[in-house]
Amino acid sequence: MSYLAPYRDMQSLMRQAHQALGLSQFSSLDDYDLDLADAIIDEANKFASQVLAPLNQVGDTVGCRLEDGQVLTPPGWKEAYQQFCEAGWLGLALPEEYGGQGLPKYIAQPVNEMWQSSNLAFVMFAALAQGGTEILQKFANDDIKDRYLSRIVSGEWTVAMALTEPNAGSDLGVLTTKALRQSDGTYQIKGQKIYITYGEHDMAENIVHLVLARTPDAPSGSRGLSLFAVPKYRVQDDGQLSEFNDIRCTGIEHKTGLHGSPTCSISYGDKDACIGELIGEENQGLKAMFILMNEARLSCGLQGVALGELAFQKSLTYAHERVQGSIAGQGRVAIIEHPDVRRMLLDMRSQTYALRALGYRIAAMIDAKENSDDHQHVSRVAQQIALLTPIFKGFATEQANLTAGSAIQVFGGMGFVEETGIAQVMRDARITTIYEGTTGIQAKDLLHRKVRLDQGAALDELLASMRTDASLAQSNADLGLLAERFEGVLNTLEKVQRHILSDQADITELDAVAVPYLMALGGICSAWQLLTSAYRAAEQQDQDKEYFGNVMLLASFYFNNQLPKFEASLHTVLQSGSEVSQYRF
Amino acid sequence: MKILVGVKRVIDYNVKVRVKADNSDVDLSNTKMAINPFCEIAVEEAIRLKEAGIASEVIAVSVGTSACQEQLRTALALGADRAILVESDAAVEPLNVAKAFAKVMEQEQADLVILGKQSIDSDNNQVGQMLAALTKRPQGTFASKVDVEGQSVAVTREIDGGLRTVKLALPAIVTTDLRLNEPRFAKLPDIMKAKRKPLDTTSFADLGVKAKQHIQLDKVEAPAARQGGVKVASVDELIQKLKDEAKVI
Ligand SMILES: Cc1cc2nc3c(=O)[nH]c(=O)nc-3n(C[C@H](O)[C@H](O)[C@H](O)COP(=O)(O)OP(=O)(O)OC[C@H]3O[C@@H](n4cnc5c(N)ncnc54)[C@H](O)[C@@H]3O)c2cc1C
Repeated sequence: MSYLAPYRDMQSLMRQAHQALGLSQFSSLDDYDLDLADAIIDEANKFASQVLAPLNQVGDTVGCRLEDGQVLTPPGWKEAYQQFCEAGWLGLALPEEYGGQGLPKYIAQPVNEMWQSSNLAFVMFAALAQGGTEILQKFANDDIKDRYLSRIVSGEWTVAMALTEPNAGSDLGVLTTKALRQSDGTYQIKGQKIYITYGEHDMAENIVHLVLARTPDAPSGSRGLSLFAVPKYRVQDDGQLSEFNDIRCTGIEHKTGLHGSPTCSISYGDKDACIGELIGEENQGLKAMFILMNEARLSCGLQGVALGELAFQKSLTYAHERVQGSIAGQGRVAIIEHPDVRRMLLDMRSQTYALRALGYRIAAMIDAKENSDDHQHVSRVAQQIALLTPIFKGFATEQANLTAGSAIQVFGGMGFVEETGIAQVMRDARITTIYEGTTGIQAKDLLHRKVRLDQGAALDELLASMRTDASLAQSNADLGLLAERFEGVLNTLEKVQRHILSDQADITELDAVAVPYLMALGGICSAWQLLTSAYRAAEQQDQDKEYFGNVMLLASFYFNNQLPKFEASLHTVLQSGSEVSQYRF
Repeated sequence: MKILVGVKRVIDYNVKVRVKADNSDVDLSNTKMAINPFCEIAVEEAIRLKEAGIASEVIAVSVGTSACQEQLRTALALGADRAILVESDAAVEPLNVAKAFAKVMEQEQADLVILGKQSIDSDNNQVGQMLAALTKRPQGTFASKVDVEGQSVAVTREIDGGLRTVKLALPAIVTTDLRLNEPRFAKLPDIMKAKRKPLDTTSFADLGVKAKQHIQLDKVEAPAARQGGVKVASVDELIQKLKDEAKVI
């Protein structure tokens, strides 16, 4: 079996998040209890391991093809897509009103993790459907909702997110795709987009492109962007499909990884016959798109967890099988007996476990936000989610790359050879720090919009929750030392906070250490989550000594082996200098 | 037509089986459990008969601890209409299970009972046969094909060296072999609906069955670890090793 869901960890961390956010107090979630969650992840595991995982390597080796403007997905993709939609998995967390199952995020999160571990390239359409549905629900008029939403939720139509252009990547404000208002209220769309995931494919009958474009009289920059629903085949008033909408796929990229997922160059309106329908108001496009982007960023962070898990599973299996070297008294041994190999495995496992805990917690926060009717509480939780989004996205994907690198190391020469499949994990992981906003962009978002803008208020609150959990852990004899060290790191973090918020701070210098700052926060959040897990484990130790004892070891391993690196990153921030501006390249 | 299907909770076949330190039993604490794969095939067959309009109701039955509800819910998600748990904390023994099924079969006036041919934990392969004997009804074991025709069922059985088809008068007992069908995956909306389907709990006492202990487990041992292989230089050396070392020829 090439992937099996880490069922035990998932169950345990779902509970941890559920409890931390007090989800049982919301009667609107009564129907979605932990028993149901267990039943769902059990069934999702079967689908992930038996249907999706076997297609992962096929997708990588065969990849997509472009023939006469048609994208052909790898063998088996189309059937798997159909099975996926028919089993109701696409509608997992989509609104019930349009045929989805409306499950809370805390259940959807482990399920999505399984899809991404078992076959990331394949399942990219799911996050697009999720984000696209949310945008249309919030911003589109009733007419568009009626015609599009149930088709998207059922999977009959897929969604593509069309932002990037050759000259507009990280900076979307400069994009030039045009939208000309017509007398009937629709718009004529014209322009070129690149890197559009599932912009063209053969799995569904229609593709709804959500295109960011500019109307002729729009203000310059990101304040002049409008969002349009631009279907591959036009959608009539009665919801039926009509003629081809002049959208052409002019190429697909040959990529380092994610070979199974088509990354398309799309030309809109070559023959001046591409019609778009405005979503929301003119010039409000970026606001709408931000919903999708935040969703996509969290989903991208989860990809980091998912690929970390896959890398760990493959490494663990290999380390048990590969015999090399000997140990006094044991003779020749499997490499898992070597302390250095065990260290690498624990690096992978502790980091992935911590980030899973964080990811599940964020999911439960979204549920708390959506189900609470205490407005103050809702806005506080929303602020915390906004703060954690760039940290989770940036850090989880950076760590997944390190984890995948360690996995190759465990495999030795076989890791560098393609046939074991571990190299694919490394190649697939590489994009995660780039799309949905690079790590650099996440770090600036964190530093400026999430910390400096509110004078550190949201971060102070996060620190307060960390201190509460740490003092709880302090009461436990086995965890007292870890909790004490954690408090020490938090004190340094507060020093960094003052440094960042000071009036004398040099913005250029701060920008140069934004990524180390993000990494430090990611490491601290990981340590926090592991400490919390260890505390829960200590309480339940009698039920299963091996499992819970291991969880406690993961925490102390992380504190010894990883946390010091992120403490060092805090010092990097404190020592930020002017080298980056003075050096002459 | 009413169908009863057996659903046994067993260790998930993906999980590595561990033996308790004192060799008293397999260690099942905190291990992932699942429906016995042969029972899954039984559930699938019953649901297909219902979808074909032949069966009117499918009832999943399990004997065991309250934890078996999990597996019964899975059967409900797959399409069974309701479930019955014969709750018991004692070790699940074939004869007791067969007796419980006989009672439920009588109470429910079931026309067909489909069971797995064996469960992957203890591999007894007995319940179906015992149930047939207890109820004095015909049995078709190791089924690879099941055709209900009016008041009888034709069962194609996998036997040594070929297939044998038997025609049984209903009510009858069928046990499934691996090739009977390929079980479906449960759909997400059905997993959620399964929560609301009826699941009744009863007991050996309620059914009027005296559950006796017939089997005593002496000890469980893990299989000997496999020795590493060797490469042989020639066919002659292979034959010599098979003769002298492996002693198989
Ligand atoms: C496989 C794949 C799938 C994709 N799918 C989609 C999709 O479905 N839809 C879509 O619209 N796009 C998609 N993209 C595009 C993706 O979002 C962009 O590649 C990404 O946003 C980065 O933009 P860029 O490539 O132009 O890099 P650039 O913006 O040129 O960035 C290059 C480097 O400069 C840094 N940099 C740039 N600006 C700043 C700044 N202001 N401050 C600090 N550093 C900066 C970056 O961090 C990076 O290190 C996809 C890309 C790939 C490869």
